[in-house]
Amino acid sequence: MRRATALARAALLIAAGAAVVLASGIEARVPRPAHDTPKGERCVENTEFMRRNHMKLLVHQRDRTVREGVRTKAHSLANCVDCHAGATTRSVIARGPDGSEGFCAGCHAYVGVTLDCFECHAATPRAAATAAAEERP
Amino acid sequence: MTDRRDDVDAGRRQFVGWGVAMAGATLAPGVMLFDLAHGRAPEAPAPRGVRWGMLVDATRCAPDCNACIVACAKEHGLPDGKRSTDAQWIRKVELKDLRSGRALGAPVMCQHCAKPPCVDVCPTGASFKRADGIVLVDRHTCIGCRYCMLACPYQARSFVHEPVVNPQPDVPRGKGCVESCTLCVHRIDRDRAPACVEACAAAGHRALVFGDLNDPGSEIAKRVASYATAPLRPGLGLDPGVRYHGI
Amino acid sequence: MPPVAANPQSESRRYWGLVALAALLALAGYAAAHHMDVNGHAVTGMDNRVVWGLPHVFAILMIVAASGVLNVASIGSVFGQAEYKARAPLAGLLCIALLAGGLFVLMLDLGRPERMVVAATHYNFTSVFAWNVFIYTGMFAVAAAYLWTLMERRMSRWSGPLGVAALVWRFVLTTGTGAIFAFLVARPAYGSALLPPLFIVLSFAWGLAVFLVAQAAAYAWCGRALPEAIHARMRRLLGVFVAAALYFSLVHHLVNAYFAQQQAFERFLLVDGGLYPLLYWGAFVAAGSVAPLALLWRRGAPSAASTLAAALLVLLGAFAWLYVFVIGGQAYPQPIFPGFDARSSFGDGAIARYAPRWPELVLGIGGVALAALVTLVGARAFAFVPEDPATTPAPAARGAGAD
Repeated sequence: MRRATALARAALLIAAGAAVVLASGIEARVPRPAHDTPKGERCVENTEFMRRNHMKLLVHQRDRTVREGVRTKAHSLANCVDCHAGATTRSVIARGPDGSEGFCAGCHAYVGVTLDCFECHAATPRAAATAAAEERP
Repeated sequence: MTDRRDDVDAGRRQFVGWGVAMAGATLAPGVMLFDLAHGRAPEAPAPRGVRWGMLVDATRCAPDCNACIVACAKEHGLPDGKRSTDAQWIRKVELKDLRSGRALGAPVMCQHCAKPPCVDVCPTGASFKRADGIVLVDRHTCIGCRYCMLACPYQARSFVHEPVVNPQPDVPRGKGCVESCTLCVHRIDRDRAPACVEACAAAGHRALVFGDLNDPGSEIAKRVASYATAPLRPGLGLDPGVRYHGI
Repeated sequence: MPPVAANPQSESRRYWGLVALAALLALAGYAAAHHMDVNGHAVTGMDNRVVWGLPHVFAILMIVAASGVLNVASIGSVFGQAEYKARAPLAGLLCIALLAGGLFVLMLDLGRPERMVVAATHYNFTSVFAWNVFIYTGMFAVAAAYLWTLMERRMSRWSGPLGVAALVWRFVLTTGTGAIFAFLVARPAYGSALLPPLFIVLSFAWGLAVFLVAQAAAYAWCGRALPEAIHARMRRLLGVFVAAALYFSLVHHLVNAYFAQQQAFERFLLVDGGLYPLLYWGAFVAAGSVAPLALLWRRGAPSAASTLAAALLVLLGAFAWLYVFVIGGQAYPQPIFPGFDARSSFGDGAIARYAPRWPELVLGIGGVALAALVTLVGARAFAFVPEDPATTPAPAARGAGAD
């Protein structure tokens, strides 16, 4: 957040300032993360539900996949990454040149929750990763 | 809504699976090296009756060929295996008979034991055996104690000694956990054969046969029934899913 | 602790200096582990062939000694020897300190040390490691409760039963530690039912050696001399334990060397394996067993210096024995293709080379320092230094429970 460009910070402050009127003043002090995820049709569940429960879905799916070999797409982490990677960064954790945050990393930093999925999992969509692998000699 | 989409996916996946099967058959004319008739839907768990296995025909393993190792490293994003801290899920062992001098070679990987010592000794249950006989490490619960590496009679496991950059989307792997050959579980679940088996066939050697040992109609079961094959270190009684011919 | 030093102020300064040194070394051990955690174990000498290295030598040495040191207490509480009873509190404290030091090293060496909570919430009950999680934590609890009954007069009637519990538990603990290796069918070095009893015998010698070193330090600190009779008894006991440990280890190798399939490995470990035979015969047998026996069993009046030297040599031998057992046992290749000369990129058929690097050495020393720190702090906070009838005239009140 420290390294966010002034422009993005100003935009965030304005947006957050508007929120002050509606909600408590707390949000004004910490700028909300901005991300440049392309807008898809809709997520696998509704946004409010996903905000609160994505971790439960992921843990459930993780055990089903690793232990039982169930590979349904909807709640799989790779599927999240496929849609939510940044338009320019092609990543859910990398910071874009415009100061935008990765979809996952930005929000996790904002709420102060450790994000360790991507210590092991690819943060880039399958297609991008395959392309990168092809380029490698 | 999502269910319907999954159904479409399943159908498509099955179609793709058959396509790959045909390609495999074309690759190795006259020999089906892997059986993909299992056509499992994505939401169905790994079936209990299946016992995935591999037959390594050392008489067909070509001396200068390392196609299986290259394919494995590419599939899983593994390092080049030049240092003793690098992960090697499959390795080629060059053998020379101490008495006769007969030379041969064969790849060695996780033998996917029916009674795996690594699973017995793992304190957290991170090492486990799937219903279809594939032995895996659940790296969400692996604490990196390496006891399984001490217990494995085939030296089949590797410890990730350094941070991993750019893991493959289907093969998450990271520093501080133990890992080994997964029999390409991410491919098996999508009705594809392991990368090493495909690479061996593509190189024209057909030294690796993959399939369901429990299905008497499968290529691997037929071969195991028709000529002498044996597991490595049979005296340990671990009933490995990988068998060798010609050693 | 009764401070007897001539100048209390300088005594205090020396004490806090020692505490600071131990704390600093323990902190350095933690920093080394952090370095390993951030960069991965590639910064250590361990690799895919030698997966357990110096940290495990340090940790197992401390854990085995932790169980052995409790014998001193058991001889007092369970077998009713008054001289040993007076030493029970120090023995209990050393047990807790060594266990803490050993587990500190073992846990910080994990690939994912931050996942200790996983180890505490996910159990695979066929794993002796999982059993040991309970056995080790239980040992802390039993030793602490036992100490309480020794120090709190109102609890003293429980010191007998808890002494028995501590004795049983320490046997279980060493069995659990030996079983870590006994259960490994893969390698010629391990997989023997002799290992748990062997570890128990080793623990007798190593634990008593640690106790004698700590006792010598405590007496020197207080400017007191150990009563002759007690000194002579403890020397003889250490001699018996050292001889038994040597005997068990030699028999283990003798039986292995009898099996054709084990002979190549035994030859490597005991004859032509370079460092390993040198450590086994030179450091464990000669310096760590025969030399202490000569020191302990020679005729004439026992000197405090010779006892201390013998105890230190036993600990040197212990380190060497574990180095050969843990690292030598892994360095030798597994017999995957018997009858063949095997070569591969993964070290098949080849002797693995292990060269410890500074992070694992500093982590190991950090564990020892933590054990020293716990002992120093504990000994000052409570009266842990033995008071013997010969030097203190009113001993009756102490530890009346077990007669």
